Amino acid sequence: MTDVDTRSGTSGGSTSLDHVVIRFAGDSGDGMQLTGERFTSASAIFGNDLATFPDFPAEIRAPTGTVFGVSAFQVQIADHDITNPGDAPSVLIAMNPAALKSELHRLEPGGLVILNIDEFEQRLYDKAGYTADPLEDGTLDAFQVVKVPMTSLTKEGVKESGVKPRDAERSKNFFALGLISWMYTRPVDPTLDWIRERFGKNEMVMNANLMAFKAGHAYGETAELAGHRFTIKPAEQSAGVYTSINGNMAMAWGLIAAGQLAKLPTFLGSYPITPASDILHEMSKHKSFGVTTLQAEDEIAGIGSALGAAFGGSLAITTTSGPGVALKSETMSLAVSLELPLVIIDIQRGGPSTGLPTKTEAADLLMAMYGRHGEAPMPIIAAYSPSNCFDVAIEASRIALKYRTPVIVLSDGYLANGTEPWLLPDVAALPDISTQFATEPNHVNETTGEPEHWPYVRDPKTLARSWALPGTPGLMHRIGGIEKEDGSGNISYTPDNHGHMVETRAAKVAAVADDIPPAPVTGDVDDAELLILAWGSTWGAIVTAVDRQRAKGRKIAHCHLTHINPFPSNLGEVLRRYPRVMVPEMNSGHLAKMVRAEFLVDAKSVSKVKGVPFTAAELEDAIESMLEGAK
Amino acid sequence: MTDVQVPLTSRKDWQSDQEVRWCPGCGDYSILTAVQLLMPDLGVKRENTVFVSGIGCAARFPYYMNTYGMHTIHGRAPAIATGLAMARPDLDVWVVGGDGDLLSIGGNHLIHALRRNVNLTILLFNNQIYGLTKGQYSPTSEVGKVTKSTPMGSLDAPFNPIAIALGAGATFVARSHDMDRPHMQEMMRRAHAHKGAAFVEIFQNCNVFNDGQFESLTARANRDDMLIPLEHGKPVRFGKELEKGVVIGADGAARIVNVADVGEDAIVVHDEGRPEPGLAFMLAQLSQSVHQPTPVGIFRAVERTEYTTAAAGQLVAAEERSGRGDLAKLLHSQPTWTV
Ligand code: SF4
Repeated sequence: MTDVDTRSGTSGGSTSLDHVVIRFAGDSGDGMQLTGERFTSASAIFGNDLATFPDFPAEIRAPTGTVFGVSAFQVQIADHDITNPGDAPSVLIAMNPAALKSELHRLEPGGLVILNIDEFEQRLYDKAGYTADPLEDGTLDAFQVVKVPMTSLTKEGVKESGVKPRDAERSKNFFALGLISWMYTRPVDPTLDWIRERFGKNEMVMNANLMAFKAGHAYGETAELAGHRFTIKPAEQSAGVYTSINGNMAMAWGLIAAGQLAKLPTFLGSYPITPASDILHEMSKHKSFGVTTLQAEDEIAGIGSALGAAFGGSLAITTTSGPGVALKSETMSLAVSLELPLVIIDIQRGGPSTGLPTKTEAADLLMAMYGRHGEAPMPIIAAYSPSNCFDVAIEASRIALKYRTPVIVLSDGYLANGTEPWLLPDVAALPDISTQFATEPNHVNETTGEPEHWPYVRDPKTLARSWALPGTPGLMHRIGGIEKEDGSGNISYTPDNHGHMVETRAAKVAAVADDIPPAPVTGDVDDAELLILAWGSTWGAIVTAVDRQRAKGRKIAHCHLTHINPFPSNLGEVLRRYPRVMVPEMNSGHLAKMVRAEFLVDAKSVSKVKGVPFTAAELEDAIESMLEGAK
Repeated sequence: MTDVQVPLTSRKDWQSDQEVRWCPGCGDYSILTAVQLLMPDLGVKRENTVFVSGIGCAARFPYYMNTYGMHTIHGRAPAIATGLAMARPDLDVWVVGGDGDLLSIGGNHLIHALRRNVNLTILLFNNQIYGLTKGQYSPTSEVGKVTKSTPMGSLDAPFNPIAIALGAGATFVARSHDMDRPHMQEMMRRAHAHKGAAFVEIFQNCNVFNDGQFESLTARANRDDMLIPLEHGKPVRFGKELEKGVVIGADGAARIVNVADVGEDAIVVHDEGRPEPGLAFMLAQLSQSVHQPTPVGIFRAVERTEYTTAAAGQLVAAEERSGRGDLAKLLHSQPTWTV
């Protein structure tokens, strides 16, 4: 993968790489997430393709020096199109022994370990659970090791800033960032500018961080790191303006965009929950878009307030994670019965119960599909990459408004916090998702002869009901959770009407299939020996695994679903087209069960429920064993 | 919400075409009549009025009003109404619920709507029993209540709805009963005019599962001696000859005395506008059961920032500060690069 870069000009020259996977690891309080984000941002601006994987504990400040308090950030940067943050890092920055202990096993053989050697002392070995000195006992034999006294060099380097020695130490993540930025020839100005802006209010801290960054950079230049300088050329990317975006930010922006495209006020009712809260934070910043946000008293009030706003004519949204969806489920069924538009965003995390709040999982699909009382179908849409959350938010809003139905959006912790470059869409090309409200009576009362509004009169094609907003004269009506007569909306307990309403609500959701693109198939569309069917954040690892396997001569097709309920209308045909179907999921086989039940195909589930995403290598193994087993 | 252009309406205009389905003789009928007769007087439009309810006998209320209405799920009406009122501050939003709905399963939403001071008119029909589920004890039932779920008597101390509302920081708190239409209407009129969350508890007879529960208070023959009318600026006195009154003792508790024993000047003068809720709270605690003289009227009516107005104000302020939201600008608001 490496070749010597003949373009010199930097001290000792640099080696050109086509990609590198770097993992920053330290204590929760060491600022590793921030360090990783800054490195990512500089790389994005430089023009690399990239993908990130923040991996941190649920505790805000776990006890220092412990393995369970380690916070890590993995980023892959490349000179070509990539879709995931890489399987095994080739570089590990370990700020203390606990970070080394917790993360070393991920490093590829022969990989580079950069240690903050100041922290490698007996007291911290004890805390990390090392019984022998890892520097001496052969632990690091298979790796290249660079020992840097980051803490002391940082203290020395920031002296002139005037910060107290105790505080000086806190800038050591910027020292590390400076050093890694030198090693990978990152542009320094974006980082320096960012530090100035972020810490501008406290000049002393700003100066300390600037000095630490520069000291780290200079250390690379002057110390014996000559063999450790690399370049990664910008990736070939389609022309346009890019920004670096994570899934939650893209989701928030997509929801804001949806409100604009629908020409409706937007209402978000939400309750803080990891890993969804950032959507509430982001949307709360953008009230100038007519976005009202309510941090409700609980999850139920989050969705309840949204449903009330929907009745009032807002684009209504609630955001949460799995445990919150469970609490909202009664109101979701009410929304089905009221036939009001509502977007429910589930940023999935490891479960059950509190589970792994900061880790990823995709085990809410069957809950989204079936986890309600009564027959309460609703469309389900899943995002497959961080930036795709933007499109999915708009698509969910479109369907909710057009069909007067609640829609569930599935994302997960991996997409929520993962970052990738995003070619910004042309705002003018985004779809118009505006909807029609009733303005005139649609019925004449049989007894009084007065014109009136029947709330359950339907559009014959979409089956969407007539939606009249409070404030509209003459269209007063009542809706509720009790079964109602189709058309009039009056309470009705008659058996045939209930049967009809159950079927109608299901038919309405099913009708969405006519309004969505066919299931997309990529790879060896015509002659694949294996189809990989998947949804959600597994996309990145699958694309990489499929590319590598196809490069080895295997014939593989990949179908990644955005619309999971209803399925695209060609899905049955796609599944039957290939001799084998594999369904990798971060759950125990939810989609696999669904397609087996629906299409009677022998889809094989490949399951990983460990709170961490699939690696491409794991998927390659699964592909190989499936194809070899078949021979 | 008053609009001089509002065409005159009559009770009939506010009645929906739905058949009322409460048990014959239920106190809910008289409350419905009171509301339907009151609405034409409030100078509001039917299309700008929304009734939101949860589940329970009382919660059927919206179906009978020719306004916009939402009959939702058990306990959630205050939360759903909060969203509606925030999204549409132009509307008059009423919440109707029973004691089980608003104080048991929905207790959390009620207190949060009150503390936020959301512009809602909340009517709590308190019959001290579960009606629709056929007669279990409720969070306002007296200790020892024998019901299907408590054959040996209930153990739970009851909630005092007025004290709960005051404790939650409610800015308007009143009590009435289903046997006195003019009083109910006066409480509702004031509650409707209040800017913020207005809470009205209405003693309501459930003649099927808790018949006569409030008889000791509300029967015509008992009212003079058992209901203590709270009137702003007036001494708190009751009895046929106004011979009884309320004093605040040195220990800080309110108690009932013979006016003749203490002198007129010793009787506490009601002030619904007192910024601290201490007096209102003491009056709320005066009665611990339906067998003790019980205050009715407005306990508290104070001004505090109304939530939906403040929330809408933030949208206006955000737009004033940074201009109307511009999507293209938003997408370019983080560092960008061009390929
Ligand atoms: S059960 Fe009681 S409260 Fe319910 S309708 Fe009948 S009388 Fe009224």
